[in-house]
Amino acid sequence: MSHDPPPEQQTPRLMPPGPLAHPLGAPLVRRDARDKATGSARYAAEHTPPGCAYAWPVPATVARGRITELDIGGALALPGVIAVLTHENAPRLASTDDPTLALLQEDRVPHRGWYIALAVAETLEVARDAADAVHVTYATDGHDVQLTADHPGLYVPERVNGDFPAVRERGDFDAAFAAAPATVDATYTVPPLHNHPMEPHAATARWSNGHLTVHDSSQGATKVREDLAALFKLGTDEITVISEHVGGGFGSKGTPRPQVVLAAMAARHTGRPVKLALPRRQLPAVVGHRAPTVQRVRIGAGRDGVITALAHESVTHTSTVTEFVEQAAVPARVMYTSPNSRTAHRVVALDVPTPSWMRAPGEAPGMYALESAVDELAALLDIDPVELRIRNDPATEPDSGRPFSSRHLADCLREGAERFGWQPRDPRPAVRRHGDLLLGTGVAAATYPVYIGATQAEAHAAADGGYRIRVNATDIGTGARTVLAQIAAAALGVPEDRVRVDIGSSDLPPAMLAGGSAGTASWGWAVHKACTALLARLRDREGPLPAEGITATEDTRLETAERSPYSRHAFGAVFAEVQADSRTGEIRVRRLLGQYAAGRILNPRTARSQFIGGLTMGLGMALTEGSSLDPAFGDFTACDLASYHVPAHADVPSVEAYWLDEEDPHLNPMGSKGIGEIGIVGTAAAIGNAVWHATGARLRDLPLTPDRLLPHLA
Amino acid sequence: MKPFGYLRVDSVDEAVRAAAGQPGAQFLGGGTNLVDLMKLGVETPRVLIDVSRLPLDRIEELPDGGLRIGATVRNADLAASRPVRERYPVLSQALSAGASGQLRNTATTGGNLLQRTRCPYFQDTSKPCNKREPGTGCPARDGAHRDLAVLGHSAHCVATQPSDMAVALAALDATVRLHGPEGERTVPATDFHRLPGDSPERDTVIRLGELITAVELPPRRPGAHSRYRKARDRASFAFALASVGAVLAVRDGVVEHAALAFGGLAHRPWRARAAEEVLRGAPATERTFARAADAELAAAEPLRDNGFKVPLARALAVGVLADLAARD
Repeated sequence: MSHDPPPEQQTPRLMPPGPLAHPLGAPLVRRDARDKATGSARYAAEHTPPGCAYAWPVPATVARGRITELDIGGALALPGVIAVLTHENAPRLASTDDPTLALLQEDRVPHRGWYIALAVAETLEVARDAADAVHVTYATDGHDVQLTADHPGLYVPERVNGDFPAVRERGDFDAAFAAAPATVDATYTVPPLHNHPMEPHAATARWSNGHLTVHDSSQGATKVREDLAALFKLGTDEITVISEHVGGGFGSKGTPRPQVVLAAMAARHTGRPVKLALPRRQLPAVVGHRAPTVQRVRIGAGRDGVITALAHESVTHTSTVTEFVEQAAVPARVMYTSPNSRTAHRVVALDVPTPSWMRAPGEAPGMYALESAVDELAALLDIDPVELRIRNDPATEPDSGRPFSSRHLADCLREGAERFGWQPRDPRPAVRRHGDLLLGTGVAAATYPVYIGATQAEAHAAADGGYRIRVNATDIGTGARTVLAQIAAAALGVPEDRVRVDIGSSDLPPAMLAGGSAGTASWGWAVHKACTALLARLRDREGPLPAEGITATEDTRLETAERSPYSRHAFGAVFAEVQADSRTGEIRVRRLLGQYAAGRILNPRTARSQFIGGLTMGLGMALTEGSSLDPAFGDFTACDLASYHVPAHADVPSVEAYWLDEEDPHLNPMGSKGIGEIGIVGTAAAIGNAVWHATGARLRDLPLTPDRLLPHLA
Repeated sequence: MKPFGYLRVDSVDEAVRAAAGQPGAQFLGGGTNLVDLMKLGVETPRVLIDVSRLPLDRIEELPDGGLRIGATVRNADLAASRPVRERYPVLSQALSAGASGQLRNTATTGGNLLQRTRCPYFQDTSKPCNKREPGTGCPARDGAHRDLAVLGHSAHCVATQPSDMAVALAALDATVRLHGPEGERTVPATDFHRLPGDSPERDTVIRLGELITAVELPPRRPGAHSRYRKARDRASFAFALASVGAVLAVRDGVVEHAALAFGGLAHRPWRARAAEEVLRGAPATERTFARAADAELAAAEPLRDNGFKVPLARALAVGVLADLAARD
């Protein structure tokens, strides 16, 4: 496919590269570190307005049906109970584009765990007791929660998550695959995965003179305010949403979730402030999950390893409430050159909880399958897997033909291999024995797109010489306050400690959510623009500042609406060394190393933390994390942290993250790409590939628990 | 939350008297399992009798060379105690393999023996479970049972006992000391937990109102070594998929004494008598160990999704025995 030359575009003015006189790129300690370590940082459930009541939700105990009778008499009779909201008495909500928020509006039960009532009481304990005392009768229909690759209900959706087309074809895949001297045809499965941020979803809501104020655990209070305004038919100026500190989200707090809507409904219904923290065991059913995928990857290549045919076809589930399609086959449109390719998605609507974003949706499961298949090809052709990837590194984005704004995958592979000590490497599997342990190494590539969202920011110069930045950014644990202060200080040319940063409230200028690895770039661009405008006005002035100071407000609507002529992605390479116990099948990671090219790194200290957090989550995806749906009951089988195994410290030995100094003038004034998600991408494949190298067993179903490896051990 | 009474007692007699006079009373040790189950609505005691401060927190030498472990000795303290580490490594290793550091600091010896199954249906009051509500059925048999029993289960229950410590105690021929309304008695650790049969609601042979006061270990067998090995889904803080506790004495290449117990396979720590029969007097070789494990595991009746536990338990047993044999 030919491609158009990049049109003339106003590229953002870059901050000067090279040694920095200002603190951009400095490893500053996060500003809220002390508050968090000492417990004085307050989270959504830690605000208790006077007269606050407590709520506890009632989940449906059937997987599909209708409520025929709801007896709340017993619950209301309990001392201390204020109200029980149900679909019969709850405030009516206007519909929005997110039907998962149409809570307590009708008698239909679309999946087990769907909320059917909410008890409100003077204390948490009474609310919980009241929730238990709600008696429900259902008329049930047969339910189906089991995804299979040949499910009769599978269909091709129009779009997949990220607004990508479901199917893309180039050339003639079938003919090229049939003609290829070397072929790989393998199917990989990823189970449902749960986000489980450390802070469960919580909200505290109060209405005062018609104004709704909520503290919500959210990745973006701007979007929460918009949706609440739509649901309750209010103006956005009648709502304040505060997300001051957020204990992680991994996508599950990217848009409003039931807690904030229920808390607001209950507060309106009772006339009292209401606090609602969702119980851990209920989270999997109501806050989204990574949908399971069954992915078939076929690669045809010449003996030289050059790919001539590539097909990545993914099957997944969604709920009957709304369509969400994990875009697992999309990264294959970016990664490797192939004149003939097919990338396609099919989905089936089952009686399951609604899936949603989980760290690197699309890329995390998709690159597991693709990068495992590439490793299988390398083994088949006896070509070093680092070298094979470099041979297939495209000059332009394969799917669109657009040039890359920057692509340093090959450099990441080379430099990562050097740091890891990849060579000398005996490519043969199952030949490195250390007592009962089999050792092996593996590699995989990583990629994540550059997203950007419109944001407004305000920069203020006070008469006393201080500066204040206001923008509704959210710190979900990444260090947003700190890096925004660095960006502002750099733009203003002032010391960082003279810049105050206000974030985390919808009363501040509206901003992109902390998601899509786009927070810092989106907010930072607006902050930079506002600071630049402020600086210009300060330069134009003579004499002292007025007592009220000077303020500049700018937004990036125009800049972010422009479609870039470039294909913009961060890239990386992940290297893993594993050991497999040849008796028990227990697999443990010994070393994990990620080498990234993600534009300019603005704060190495907080960035490193993001990378190694992503790598660790990828380790969990590879080895320990996995849920499943119970065919009989329709719910997830792993609902608590005792059964859903996130890695423990003992699972995470040496994890290292490095990055190249990547200059990319086609991004934003800081020259940065997102780094919040790429760490999880490719990690599971690198580990799985190392398991093959250690044991000779090609395991294609995550997670790689002992039961999966045992049948392959002699 | 269901309201409940709370009572702190100062002596074993007082504890037993209080329990006898209070229907629905339960003893509270470290609370690491009981309190969780109360939060889930699985346990609904009317009164908690807090025995965690009773003067049962000592590890004492017995005249015969054995050891008496008080019921309120914390798991972490027991694992770290010098006589246990030196004479009963299998016990120290089992304790250290369980739970997390925080939990081990709190959990007691008596409470550890009484921890309940981690079967997901048992823990979910919206579902049937014969152990929680007798007669309602066992959805685990056809449901999510990857982590559940392959030995000794019944049509009514396929739960597993989750304790690591109990497996070591079974291998060590420990004795559980109980104090109840009818006085004191002792029960061999191997008989303390039950198989489910048709009354899975009863985990152990403990009688109503009885309190565990101590666990007693017989003297260390001269020439014997012991070890615990656990296979699990993550490196720490996960229940056993299968585990093995073993005590082995080898003389002149021949097994003189062997005691073997499996964890994670059954409703109780599974003392492997058939395997021991094969081991005793046989050459201490991997071949013997495999034959012994096979003799025991021949009785296994895996469910649809937990058949892997049989080769896993076999591999663990052979590995641990080989390791112990290599010490001589």
